[in-house]
Amino acid sequence: MHIANPLSFDGLGVWIAALLTLFIFSFLYKDNPFYKLAEHLFVGISAGYYVAQEWWAVIYPQCVKPVMNGSRPIMIIPGILGLLLFSRFVPKAGWLSRWSLAIIIGAYAGIKTTGFAQGDLVEQFHASLLPLWVPGHIGVSIDNILFIAGIISTLVFFFFSTEHKGAIKNAAQLGVWFLMISFGAAYGFTVMARVSLLIGRFQFLLDPWLGVARF
Amino acid sequence: MASLIVFLVVLAVVAGILAFLLRVPAVAAWFARLRGLDRRWIFVAVWVLVMIPLLFPLKLPIAPTARAVEYYEEIEKLKPGDIVLLSADYDPASGPELGPMLRSSLTQLCRHKVKIVGDCLWPGGPPLLEQGFNQVARDQFHYQYGVDYVNLGFKEGREAVILAMGNSIPGTFASDFRGTPVTQLPLMNKVTNLSSVKLLVNISAGYPGTKEWVQQASRRFNLKIISGCTAVSAPEYYAYLQSNQLLGLLGGMAGAAEYEKMTGITGSATKGMDAQSSVHLLIMLCILMGNLAHWAARRQGER
Repeated sequence: MHIANPLSFDGLGVWIAALLTLFIFSFLYKDNPFYKLAEHLFVGISAGYYVAQEWWAVIYPQCVKPVMNGSRPIMIIPGILGLLLFSRFVPKAGWLSRWSLAIIIGAYAGIKTTGFAQGDLVEQFHASLLPLWVPGHIGVSIDNILFIAGIISTLVFFFFSTEHKGAIKNAAQLGVWFLMISFGAAYGFTVMARVSLLIGRFQFLLDPWLGVARF
Repeated sequence: MASLIVFLVVLAVVAGILAFLLRVPAVAAWFARLRGLDRRWIFVAVWVLVMIPLLFPLKLPIAPTARAVEYYEEIEKLKPGDIVLLSADYDPASGPELGPMLRSSLTQLCRHKVKIVGDCLWPGGPPLLEQGFNQVARDQFHYQYGVDYVNLGFKEGREAVILAMGNSIPGTFASDFRGTPVTQLPLMNKVTNLSSVKLLVNISAGYPGTKEWVQQASRRFNLKIISGCTAVSAPEYYAYLQSNQLLGLLGGMAGAAEYEKMTGITGSATKGMDAQSSVHLLIMLCILMGNLAHWAARRQGER
C-alpha cells in the first residue's frame, strides 16, 4: 500500500481528484454541500478549460493571428460573424445574429445532408439488398431473412399514412418486437458504459491514490 | 447457438420455479416488500461488486468477438512505413473505456513500425493523445516526434474538418499540438490528404466521431476505417459494419479488453472486466427481482 504523498505536486493533484470523486459519490447517499462544491467546481473549471482551449486552438491561430500579421486578412469576416452572435444580448441589435446563424445552419445543413445521403442512405440501402436464400449456408440465409423481416416490419410500424389493421397491424407488431430487442441491446450497452465509468473511478482511487492495486 | 439454447432452457426453468414459489403467500409477500427497498442498498451492492473483483481478480475468461478480431487484423495488414491517421475524438469523461483502446492501438501500430498522424475533433482530446504517444510510442518504442509520429491537436469545425482533411491535411492543420508549423515536421511532408492515409483508427466518444468519419470520408475519400467507441454508441455503428463502411469495431470496455487480450496486454480494461461482469449479473438480478416484486404485489392486490 502506497498512498499518494499530498505534499508533492503530483500527489496533491491526486488527492484533490480523489476527494472530489468522493464528494460526487456522496450524492448517492443524499444531496449535501460537498457534492454541491464538487459540482460547481466541475462546471466552472470545464467552462474555463473549453474557453481557453477554443481561444488558443481556434480563435487565436485561425482568426486573430492571421489578421494581425496580415497573412490572411480575410479571416476578419468569420471573426466579425462570430462576434455578431453576441448581439443577441442586445435586444435592439439581436437581429444581426441571424446572419451568422444563417451561414452556420446553411453550411452545416449542406455538409450533413450530403454526408447522410452518401454515407448513410445509399450505403445502408445497398447493404440491405441481401439474398434471402444462400445455397449451402443455412445460417447466413436465416440471418438475411431476419434482417429483411426486421427492416420491413419496422418501416411498416413507422408508416402512418394508413390505419394499422389486418396484415399491416401484424407487420407493425412484429416491428415493435424488433424495436424492443434493439432497445434492449442499447440499454445493455448503456449499462456497460456507465459501469465502465464507475470502474474507472474506482481504479483511480485504488491505484494512484491509495496504491493498493495496479491497473 | 448451443449456448443460447442452454441459456433459454435455464431461464425457462428458473422462471417456472419462481412462478411456483410465488404461489406461496409468504414468498409472494416477501417479494412484494422488495418494492419498498431503499435504492441505496443497490448502490452498496454495486460498490461491493466493483471493489472486490478489482482488489481480488476473478480472472474470468475473455473471448475476442469477430468485430474485435477484424479490428486487430486490419492493423496487422499494415506494412512498416505505412501512414495511419489516429483520430482521438474523446475527452477524459470517456477515459476508462477509450484510454485502454488508444494505448493498445498505439502498441500494435508501433509494433508494425507504421507512421502515425494523430488528430482530435474534441477539444479535450489532445492532452490524452499526447499522453498515449508519450507512454507508448516514445517511451516503449522510441518513436521520434515529427519523424515517426505527430500530434496535430484539435481543430474546431467537426464535419467541416473531415472534409477539409480530405483536400489537404497540412492545409487543415497548419501547426501541431505544440505550435510547431507542420512544414517543419518531416512526417507531414509525406502526408497530403486522406487518400495518403492507409487506415483511419478512430477512438470515438460520440459526436463528432465515427459516424461523421463514416458519413463524410469512407466512400468520398475511400478511407478504410476501424473504430473503438464507447459502449453507448456501439449499437449505432453496427449498421456500418454490415455495410463494410467500418472494418472493425471495439465496443466499450468489453471491446477494449478483447483487444488487449489479442495484443497481449493486461491493461486496465482487462482488469476491469471482472467488476463489469459482476455488476452485470447484479443488474440482471435486479431486473428479475423487480419484475417479480411487481408481479407479487399485483397478485396480492388481486386477492
